[in-house]
Amino acid sequence: MQIPFTVAARPDTGLHNAKLGVWLFLASEVMLFGALFSSYILLRVAAPEWPHGSALLNVPLATVNTIILISSSVTMVMSWASLMLKDFSKYRRYMGLTILCGLLFLVVKGFEYGAKFSHGILPSEDLFYATYFTLTGLHGLHVVGGIIVNFYFWGPGSRMWKTEPQRFTNRVEVAGLYWHFVDLVWIFLFPTLYLL
Amino acid sequence: MEHATPDAIKKHVRTYVIVFVSLMALTVVTVAISYLHLDVAAAVIVAMFIATIKGALVASYFMHLISEKRLIFMALVLTFIFFVALMALPLLGQHDTIG
Amino acid sequence: MQHTATEGYHAGAVHHEQGFLKTYVFSQDHKTIGLQYMMTALLFLFFGFTLMLLMRWQLAYPGKAIPGEAFALTPGVLGLAALLIGVVSKRKLAALVGVVFLGIAALVWYLVSDETLFPEGVMVPELYNSFGAMHGTIMVFLGVVPLAVGAFGNYVVPLQVGAPDMAFPKLNMASYWSYFFGGVVMLSSFFLPGGAANSGWTSYPPLANIATVGQTVWLFGMVLLITSSLLGSVNFIVTIVQLRANGLTFMRLPFFVWAQFVTSFLLLLAFPPLEAAGILQLMDRLAGTSFFLPSGLVISGQQLGVSGGGSPLLWQHLFWFLAHPEVYVLILPAMGIVAEVIANNTRKPLWGYKSIVYATIFLGFMSFIVWAHHMFMTGMGTVISTFFQTTTMIISIPSVIILTALVISLYGGSIRFTVPMLFALAFLPMFGIGGLTGLPLGLAPTDIHLHDTYYVIGHFHYVVAPGTIFALFAGLYYWYPKVTGRMMSERLGRIHFWGSFVCMNGIFFPMLIQGLAGVSRRLYDGGAQYSHAQGVLQWNEVMSISAFALAVFQVPFLINFFWSIKKGKKVESDNPWDATTLEWQTPTPPPHGNFTSLPEVFRGPYEYSMPGSSRDFTPQNVR
Repeated sequence: MQIPFTVAARPDTGLHNAKLGVWLFLASEVMLFGALFSSYILLRVAAPEWPHGSALLNVPLATVNTIILISSSVTMVMSWASLMLKDFSKYRRYMGLTILCGLLFLVVKGFEYGAKFSHGILPSEDLFYATYFTLTGLHGLHVVGGIIVNFYFWGPGSRMWKTEPQRFTNRVEVAGLYWHFVDLVWIFLFPTLYLL
Repeated sequence: MEHATPDAIKKHVRTYVIVFVSLMALTVVTVAISYLHLDVAAAVIVAMFIATIKGALVASYFMHLISEKRLIFMALVLTFIFFVALMALPLLGQHDTIG
Repeated sequence: MQHTATEGYHAGAVHHEQGFLKTYVFSQDHKTIGLQYMMTALLFLFFGFTLMLLMRWQLAYPGKAIPGEAFALTPGVLGLAALLIGVVSKRKLAALVGVVFLGIAALVWYLVSDETLFPEGVMVPELYNSFGAMHGTIMVFLGVVPLAVGAFGNYVVPLQVGAPDMAFPKLNMASYWSYFFGGVVMLSSFFLPGGAANSGWTSYPPLANIATVGQTVWLFGMVLLITSSLLGSVNFIVTIVQLRANGLTFMRLPFFVWAQFVTSFLLLLAFPPLEAAGILQLMDRLAGTSFFLPSGLVISGQQLGVSGGGSPLLWQHLFWFLAHPEVYVLILPAMGIVAEVIANNTRKPLWGYKSIVYATIFLGFMSFIVWAHHMFMTGMGTVISTFFQTTTMIISIPSVIILTALVISLYGGSIRFTVPMLFALAFLPMFGIGGLTGLPLGLAPTDIHLHDTYYVIGHFHYVVAPGTIFALFAGLYYWYPKVTGRMMSERLGRIHFWGSFVCMNGIFFPMLIQGLAGVSRRLYDGGAQYSHAQGVLQWNEVMSISAFALAVFQVPFLINFFWSIKKGKKVESDNPWDATTLEWQTPTPPPHGNFTSLPEVFRGPYEYSMPGSSRDFTPQNVR
């Protein structure tokens, strides 16, 4: 039993199922991170005083991380483009780079967190650190999820290229949409937490 | 998208590179501006403005939103409206209290 | 036209022999998943109801020892009977239900026998609070929504849109199991030191922040339930948009599908802020943060050793941002069912189909911007209060449009008073009362007096109990023959209906009276210690007796439901109600893949009694 429009697009909507599905999921993620952003704004506006992110957090390191994540977004879309050009080995290279960048992002994050913990600074320190750790932590979990998915499509899942190339390309596109969204959240998170 | 030709894809790749360079540049800009230590209101507006441009670039070109179907766009507009409501109304509530 | 649509679709064939586990437990078939949701949700509903029965004893007879044996024996006897029947006649479902009922009986017995929880047979206030919080949580998140959306939505929607299954069958399975484990996690909290969550289903800080460990488990349970909901809502929306059969335009969809469609958007976009809030409250409880704890908080004379600076109101905003759309999630699928049953049993099209659809869409949109009418007592200024009062008044308009259209649909109809129709008809005035009693709550000046009183409890129970749950019963009786190939007993159905109808009014109408007198909600003694409540206390006994009677009247339903699976009157056709919608144009029960060949739709959903037609109904897929 086949579900229609898993691979080919439905004529009147112009979409295949997973593409609509992932955009809807991303809409819900907008509401999730949006709620956290709203909470942050509410708490900060109500606070009698709030430290500048740049005074307490490592801006250069986070800038490097921003560059890493944006780069991974490029390599991700390039991996999809490679599949569209039917170049599987190029796809694997780009996808591998994406995964590497993702892991690098987490390592840098690990350094950041480690530096804070070693100074005895935990989320319970004050609201600034509570928001910092929670927002970047949840974002980090999303990065982990993305890396796992991407690894699956780089590794065992890539077998589908041989049997159903179009379906596999769709899956990589959809995984890419998720990954770009994770990058997008960081694009807003970075200035909010570190620069303001 | 599925039936895009190799030439069309190559054009997309060129766009990706341009967007990548722009994103790098904007990242540098936003960090540089932060060193100017503007007052909070101005700093927020500038930072969010730049972030919005960067976000729009990622969404429009990496996520292909600029050529995406109306249905997707409408779902996102709806989401955005609710996000604004979630942000604005509690803030209003904080500001507008009795006593 | 659409030759790629089927893409190698095979008619109804199961290509491989699937083992028991894959067919009945880890199924990816929407019908099996729908039935799994149904059984699980009904069992949770029963458990949530049992908690309330224990509470109602306390409210009617504060200070009197509870007859624990009676409360434990009732599910115990029913469970034993079901188990024996299941074992003797080799029916796994009956045996499973029997085991669960026995489990509930055991849990009740365990709780009631605990001297610290029931010293001298009287429920301690902490346990009352816990039961109250869990009753609400279980009924809303583990009972009604999984039944309305997970069960009915899953089973019926793919059939009604002419699809072979949901768009993402694996995701569907994941949704169910996430729900199941969320429920298990929630229930496990009863066994923790300190017991289950006891800060209301609303989990307000600061109380929820400092509550016993059961609260943390509640939060984890909620995360699993929210995940289930999000995955499900993506599936529903994609299925409805992408998998509609040829010719099935949006304005030809049965209203039930529209209702599920809008409901899914509500779930998709409103749940994440509660997930965010849950994460923040978990951080507060586990990592010592103060997202919701204000500075200078003193508890039992001790200053709380946290950084402070947080806002309890922030939780309320995030919670109600979900919880208000959630109430529309509770009612919309019910309205969908009522619409189907009314059209079918009046033998005429729904009146004002377009109005109902547009009203539903508008209602869905408005539901996102009314939430703070639950917060009128938090010290709001006039600007924000006016905003939310206005949007709340506006949102009553589409509700009234839908209700009115359903009522007008009866005019000139050839009404068949089948059991589903009885429930659907009763829904109309009951939802009317529920909706009307909401108006003084939505207006701040009157809400000042009524907030957190029994009036609120009466209001929302009218909408959910003789409202939604009646609609769900209508749906069970209505779609039962499609699933089982047999009709449920009309006589037992009528007893179930009339008994439930009278008893529900007996329980919830006096709540409106008590609320107007100022009796607060969540009081473990039902107001006995307050002077202003003395004049209305006698209603407690009336309500409790009605509740026990309501329990008794569910027994004919239980017997009917299980007995009819094998002994009910066999249907004479695949379409015993002579209905127009696509789910009735399938074999009974529908096979894997649903349709022998994917249908083509030529008509609207309610072509009953069309002039010039030889029959009084024309199915959608007839040319």
